[in-house]
This record gives sequence, C-alpha cells and structure tokens, in this order.
Amino acid sequence: MIAGISIYEIFTLTSILFFIGIYGFITRKNLISILISLELILNASAINFVVINKYLYPDVLQGVFFSIFIIAVAAAETALAVAIIINLYRQISSVEVKDTEIMKY
Amino acid sequence: MEKVIFYILALIMIVTAIASVSSRKMLRSVIYLLFVLIGVAGIYFLIDYNFLAAVQLTVYAGGIIVLVIFSVLLVHHIEMELEMAQLSKKLITGIACLIGLGLFLFTIYTNDFKVIENSKTTTVEDIGRGLLSYDTGGFILPFEVISILLLAAMIGAIIIGKGDKLTKNDDTL
Repeated sequence: MIAGISIYEIFTLTSILFFIGIYGFITRKNLISILISLELILNASAINFVVINKYLYPDVLQGVFFSIFIIAVAAAETALAVAIIINLYRQISSVEVKDTEIMKY
Repeated sequence: MEKVIFYILALIMIVTAIASVSSRKMLRSVIYLLFVLIGVAGIYFLIDYNFLAAVQLTVYAGGIIVLVIFSVLLVHHIEMELEMAQLSKKLITGIACLIGLGLFLFTIYTNDFKVIENSKTTTVEDIGRGLLSYDTGGFILPFEVISILLLAAMIGAIIIGKGDKLTKNDDTL
C-alpha cells in the first residue's frame, strides 16, 4: 500500500488516464496514434488490477498475474499491429485511417 | 513522502498523456507515451510490486516504445505534422469523455471499498510459484496459453511484415 494514499485517489488517476486514451482513440486519424492511445487504455486497466489486488485482497496474487497477461497480450498486439501498418504503408503509401478502405490489399 | 511522490507521478502522467494524444508531431507523441509508461512503472514500485515494475520497464519502455518508434521512422517524414480532427468533433468527444469520467468517478466514490491495511511485500518467488502451480488458483494453463500466443504473434508478425513475396508464392502453387 502507498502510505497516505487511499484507493479512491488511484482510481481517479486511472480513470483520467483511461478517458484520455479514449479521447485520443476517437479524435486521432493516424493508425500509429490510435495504437498509442490503445496503450494508454491498456495501462490504465493494468494499474487497476494491481491496485485492487493490493488494497482489497492482499493475500492472493491474481491481480498481478492478470497484469502480467495484459502486458504480454499488449506486446503481442503491438508487434502484429506494427507489422500490419508497415505492410499497409507498402501497399498504399499511407497510414491515415481515411485511406484505409480495402481489406485485401 | 510517498504521498508527495505519488502526486508528482500522477501529475507527470496526466500532463504527458494529454500531450501524447494532442501533440501534432508523431515522434514527440511517442516520447510522451514513454513518460506515461515510466510513470506507471513508478506506481508499481510505490505499491511494492517490484517484479511487475521491472517487467513494465523492460517490455513497455524497452520493447514496445522502440517498436513504435521504428514504425514511425519507417512510415513518416520526421518533419511531417499530423492532420487534426475538426474542432467541433474534438469538443463533442471531449464532452463525452468528461461525462464518462464523471460517471466513473461517481460510481467509484459512492462505492464503499473494504480496504485491508497491510504492508506485505511480494517476492518473485511467490509470483513464480503462483504462475506454475497446479492447485486451485494456479495459473499454469493461462501461462502456457500465453506462451503459445506470443509464438503465434511472432510468426504472424514475420509473415505479415514479409507480405508480398509469400502471397506471390501462394498464387503459383
């Protein structure tokens, strides 16, 4: 536990981060920027898992395991997304969302 | 002391997160994201999950950021500025996000969490034993599944990144 910090303050911080991520996800028009916003959302939820584990159920470790899995899935997702973006750039020379209108090259 | 550090970290994270989603230069946006991720690692250090903080620093700050920077440098001119959404669209999204945030905070602050005071430290040994245990509450199956997922993602990334040549070979077959 963080001395002097209640669970409410940490939840406030993660909620703010989560909604900044959603704001970026909707307003950005570039695939890489959308990927960055996605990382913000995933991180906010990972902190929530860890904090709930530490503050409410300190005897078990489930929240930590879920956070590790979230980090692993995020790494896999980023690697695939970057591969897709680079391949897309080779085909249509652009990574803007509005230019991406066909599914099969 | 911890209180001050937490508030400083929170301030840095929120400011750099906003900068990251509103910066017009691609590379700067990625670097601001790096600061947010380091702040998250700082939070993990503060609540005494050292292993998780180390994983966060190596995988996110060391791996994902480098990957994203590579992709930015491959697909962009470094001087290029991003196209922004219209002001009205930004405003509507911002208001919707604020309403959602208000709803979240209302739900959180009206809920009564039964916090258990403790100062337990979790060692890497506990995490390793939990991940590989067969008993109830053990995570051996998800652990194995995630390793298969990482392998599949790696192979998929190579095949998609290679792209052109492989699909041409498929056509001739």
